[in-house]
Amino acid sequence: MSEDHRYGFETRQLHAGQRPDPNTGARAVPIFQTTSYVFEDPESAAAYFNLQEYGNTYSRIMNPTVAVFEERVANLEGGAGAVAFSSGIAAQAAAFFTLLQPGDHVVASAALYGGTVNQFKHLFGKLNVELTWVDPDDPEEWRKAVRANTKAFFGETIGNPGGNVLDIAAVATIAHEHDLPLIVDNTFATPYLCRPIEWGADIVIHSATKFIGGHGTSIGGVVADAGTFDWSNGRFPVIAEPSPAYHGLRFHETFGTYGYLMKLRAETLRDLGGALAPLNAFLFLQGLETLSLRMERHVANAHKVAEFLDAHPLASNVTYPGLPGSRYRPLVEKYLPLGPGAVFSFDCAGGREGGQDLIRGVTLWSHLANVGDAKSLIIHPASTTHRQLGDDELRAAGVGPGTVRLSVGTESVDDLIWDLEQALEGAR
Amino acid sequence: MTDLAQYQDVTTIQRILHTAKTVAIVGLSANELRASYFVGFYLKRHGYRVIPVNPREKEILGERGYPSLTDLPGPVDVVNVFRAPGALPQIARDAVTIGAGALWCQFGVINEEGNAIAEDGGLDLVVDRCLKIEHARYVGRMHWLGFNTQRITSVRTGLQ
Repeated sequence: MSEDHRYGFETRQLHAGQRPDPNTGARAVPIFQTTSYVFEDPESAAAYFNLQEYGNTYSRIMNPTVAVFEERVANLEGGAGAVAFSSGIAAQAAAFFTLLQPGDHVVASAALYGGTVNQFKHLFGKLNVELTWVDPDDPEEWRKAVRANTKAFFGETIGNPGGNVLDIAAVATIAHEHDLPLIVDNTFATPYLCRPIEWGADIVIHSATKFIGGHGTSIGGVVADAGTFDWSNGRFPVIAEPSPAYHGLRFHETFGTYGYLMKLRAETLRDLGGALAPLNAFLFLQGLETLSLRMERHVANAHKVAEFLDAHPLASNVTYPGLPGSRYRPLVEKYLPLGPGAVFSFDCAGGREGGQDLIRGVTLWSHLANVGDAKSLIIHPASTTHRQLGDDELRAAGVGPGTVRLSVGTESVDDLIWDLEQALEGAR
Repeated sequence: MTDLAQYQDVTTIQRILHTAKTVAIVGLSANELRASYFVGFYLKRHGYRVIPVNPREKEILGERGYPSLTDLPGPVDVVNVFRAPGALPQIARDAVTIGAGALWCQFGVINEEGNAIAEDGGLDLVVDRCLKIEHARYVGRMHWLGFNTQRITSVRTGLQ
């Protein structure tokens, strides 16, 4: 028997979550393009809806193609399970809605993706959830921000776009000292470069749209749960106490390790919508099959592009944490030994106009609002992704008027450097 | 601290799942929302004969209940325990007395004395694992809900 063999990451990115289809033998993951599933009999239907049996009911709540993607991400992240969503933002909303009530409070890093800041500030604010923004680099700030009604800590493994590297173990320790979960957005690192659960994080969120998909074809997100947080510690009646939305079920007591995941799926996904389409799950699975190979190349190219910019007179403040001078080097060596991803920013000489001139000048880099594509991408955050933020919020997120964000792709790196060089000369 | 890994052997777990026919559930609740009821319901649905062992209930899941293991009329393959850890030594002694094939302790039912009694009595022992989850992992449909079954296989097999 080979049952206790431990498979490597590259094997699991190809196989986890899938078995050859028992009906057809199909080797590729079949796309189950169906809204619903025929029940065997009334008793089976009732058992599925009562969560007494693992069964498919309706594709807003579960789908066999999506399930392969969910299990594969859970496996790669080292979690107990995962639930997929129609976007990273939907995944994030669902992860929080599952554990928050009006009047609750969240402590979050101030250096986050602009879309996340909007969601927390405006959507969560509208639902009377309070936020405290902290300098993610100072663990004591996290500790000082805790209140009686705090329900979670939140940060990004690698901040967008400032390149802050989160000290996951330090922040997780403080969270756990206060009976709180640490939720980490691991989009920029991917589970190949960093697995936050191994460092103490409780819940990991991804925009699968980025490196997981890897080819810029589909929008999607996923929440993976370690399954180890004690939701019955008194702070989370919303998960531990009988749920009025599921005929009095106590999710944590009944499902233990899987309590949060069951509530996330059977209540939050059911009620919020935002289910991932089976075709998009299939495309994400195709992406995951080559994740490690692509990330190795992304990281190698990002290093070379960052070094080029670091030495260029018209570029400054290159935030790639892999550079020798980065203040995040010790954290990179601890959490991201294979490299700190491929997204970073730099400040273009000439401020706002200089940044815009650079973007007009490039011909190979694509000017668009995404990251994590195999193709190299470029954007000017102050006029696009971070446009809704005020000057103070921009500074807190590490964005200046001339800041340009790069997502370094897997092209011939000489071509990427050549294009940036000619565009910088043109912007002079 | 006991190293629980020795009581979570995947070959033992699969042998129990594939060979057992009768499961006595000690501490099976009549409350449909309790974890033990979920497990009993699932096992019965998957063809196991489930025998409730609960002194407070005459019948659960349509099956006659018995006050203790020593009151059972016939042999059982698996004794599945949903009780406080302190109750385990007596349950293990009873399981040995009635000649059960295996003692299976659910999540958190961890008691070294009980473990030793079962092992000395020649029973297969599984500790801190859920019988329903392990069934769903190896022969069921656990992966339909995005849970990490840890299974890697290119072999074509059916599902229950």
